[in-house]
Amino acid sequence: MKVLACVKPVPDPSAPVAYGGDGRLDRRGKLVLDEADSYGVEVALRLAEATGGSVAIASMSDAGDLSPLRSALAMGAEEAFVASDPRLGGADALTTARVLAELVRRAGAEVVVTATESADGYTGTLAAQVAELLGWPALTFASAVSVEDGVVTVKRQSESGTLEVSAPLPCVVSVTAGSVEPRYATFKGIVAAKSRPVTVLDLAELGLGPVDHDVQRVVEIVEAPGRAAGEKIVDEGQGAAAIAAYLESIKVL
Amino acid sequence: MSTVWVVVEPSEEGWSESAGELVTLARSLGDVVRLVTWSSPFDSLEAGRYGATLQYVVAHDESRLVADVVVGALDELSAREGSPDAVVLSSTYDSRDIAGRLSVRWSRTVVANVVGLRHLDGDGWESEHLVAGGARIAHTRVQSAALFIVRPKSVTPSTIDAGPVESVDVPAGSATSSARVLSRMVEEREGPDLESAPVVVSGGRGLGSAERYQWVDELARLLGGAGGASRAIVDAGWVPYSRQVGQTGKTVAPTVYVACGISGATQHLVGMKGSSHIVAINKDPDAPIFQVADFGVVGDVTTILPQLIDLVRARRGS
Ligand SMILES: Cc1cc2nc3c(=O)[nH]c(=O)nc-3n(C[C@H](O)[C@H](O)[C@H](O)COP(=O)(O)OP(=O)(O)OC[C@H]3O[C@@H](n4cnc5c(N)ncnc54)[C@H](O)[C@@H]3O)c2cc1C
Repeated sequence: MKVLACVKPVPDPSAPVAYGGDGRLDRRGKLVLDEADSYGVEVALRLAEATGGSVAIASMSDAGDLSPLRSALAMGAEEAFVASDPRLGGADALTTARVLAELVRRAGAEVVVTATESADGYTGTLAAQVAELLGWPALTFASAVSVEDGVVTVKRQSESGTLEVSAPLPCVVSVTAGSVEPRYATFKGIVAAKSRPVTVLDLAELGLGPVDHDVQRVVEIVEAPGRAAGEKIVDEGQGAAAIAAYLESIKVL
Repeated sequence: MSTVWVVVEPSEEGWSESAGELVTLARSLGDVVRLVTWSSPFDSLEAGRYGATLQYVVAHDESRLVADVVVGALDELSAREGSPDAVVLSSTYDSRDIAGRLSVRWSRTVVANVVGLRHLDGDGWESEHLVAGGARIAHTRVQSAALFIVRPKSVTPSTIDAGPVESVDVPAGSATSSARVLSRMVEEREGPDLESAPVVVSGGRGLGSAERYQWVDELARLLGGAGGASRAIVDAGWVPYSRQVGQTGKTVAPTVYVACGISGATQHLVGMKGSSHIVAINKDPDAPIFQVADFGVVGDVTTILPQLIDLVRARRGS
C-alpha cells in the first residue's frame, strides 16, 4: 500500500514570528519540518510497514530549501513530491488542498496522512478538503490509526469523548500530535535521504490554473490584546497560604 | 440583502452559548439568518430571540460522521434556495470538517480562528483572525461567500425583540463518504462543564506525572470548578482531550483560572486569557504564564498544590 504523508516546512518555532508588509508570514529565516508532521510521517510509516507498502512525502513549499523535507525522508519515506511555484505564496487552504490532491494523484497513494493543523497557519480544514477533492472518506482528528483488510480504523477525538470510526481504502486521515512516538532518523536514514528522489512540479506541470489571491487579503497585522502581569512572589513555604488568601480576596474561597 | 447560515452543534439544553454567540454575530452580518443544526432542534423561542429567521434541523444517523451527513444536506438546500453569502461555524472538529468539505463543493475560501467579522460597504467581509498562535490578529479582506470558523467567546451574545422561528426538518444528505462510526465513548464528568465553570484548575507537564493530576482534580472539586489541561499532558495521554484548554482545545473564561506547572505558550494562553483572574504556580520565574498572571507563585507545584488543597479543605471544613 502506498501511503502519502503531507508535510509543511514552517519557520523555526524557537525564532520570533515576523510578518512581511503583505501580511504574510516571513519564511526567509530557517525552516524546519512542522513538529506536528513528524506524527503524520510516523503513522504513515507504520501503516506502510503493516501492509508491506511504502511512504512518499507531499509538500507545497519552496523547493529552494529541501532540508525540512529531507528530515521526513530520513525517517524512512522513499520519495517526495513537491509543488513549488512563487504564485503559491500566501495561498489559502483550499488552494493548498487542490495542489496536494494533485500530488496524491501523481503519487498514486491509497492513504493520505496529514496533521490536524499546521503550527503556523492552523486552519485545520485541509484533510477534509483533500478528501472532498478526491471523493474519499476523511477520518480526521485521529489519536490512533490501524489498517486491516483494506479498512482503516481510527479513534477520533471529540469535544466530549472519543469515537471509533472506520472507512475502506482509499481515504484521508489526520492525526493529532502525540498519537504515536515519532522515530528518530538513524545515521543511515539521514545519508539515504540525500539520494531519495524528489519530484518538483510547478502550477503548470500540476495542470492547475492561476491562484486567486483576492479571496483573502491581509490588510493589517496587530498585536492581540494583552494582559498586564500582576504580583509575583517566590515560595518560601508561604506560597500556598498566599494563594489561599488571594482566592479569598476575590471571593472564590 | 445578505443571507448568512450559522452551523452549530445541537445542545441537550435546547440552546447553547455557542449558538447565542454565532447567531448574534450572523445578525450583524445579514438580514436572513438561517440556523443549521442536526439531530435535535434548538428551542425556537431562543433561536428567534437571538436573531435567527429560520432553523434547519438535519436528520443525523448516529452511524455516520456529522460532516458526511450535514454537508450533503446543505448542498441540497443551497441547490434549492441559493447558497448563502457567508457561513459562520463554531470551532469544533465536526464544524471544521463541514467547512472543509463545503469549501470544496462551493469553491469558497475558509477563514479559521475568527474573532471578529463585519460586512464591508461594497462587497465582501472584513475578518479578524488570530495568527502567531494567538499573539497577533490579522485583519483580512475576504471576498463574498466565504466560510468563517469562529473562535468561542469572541462575540457577546445579545437578544432582540422577536418571536419564535419556524423549524424545518431536513433529510440527511446523500452520504458524502462511506465512513462508519462503530462506537462512541463519552467522558464521565462530575461537577461543572469546563467551558462554563466559575473556577478552572489546569495542570501541565510541570506536574511531573499523570498520577499528580489528581491534585488538580481535587482542588477543582473543592473550589466547585472543573479540571483543565495543557496540550502537552493531553498528548502524553495523562488526561483526555476533552480537558484541553487552548488554541486547539477549549476556550474558558472563569472567575479564576489556576495554572499548575504550565509554561504559558501562546497557544495555551489564547484559551484562557479571558479569565477574570489568573493564578499561576511555576518553578521558572521567567515562565511566560507569569506575564498574564494576576497572582504568581514561583515554586514547586508538587509541594505547593498539596499544601493548598489542605488549606482549602480546612477552610471549607470550618
Ligand atoms: C498548532 C498548535 C496548537 C496548539 N494548541 C495548544 C492548545 O490548545 N493548548 C495547549 O495547552 N497547548 C497547545 N499547543 C502546545 C503549546 O505550544 C505548548 O507546547 C504546551 O502548551 C506546553 O504545555 P505545558 O505548559 O504543560 O508544558 P511545558 O511547556 O513543558 O511547560 C511545563 C512547565 O512546567 C514548569 N515546571 C516543571 N516542573 C515544575 C515543578 N515541579 N513545579 C512547578 N513548575 C514546574 C516548567 O517551568 C514549565 O514552565 C499547540 C501547539 C501548536 C503548534
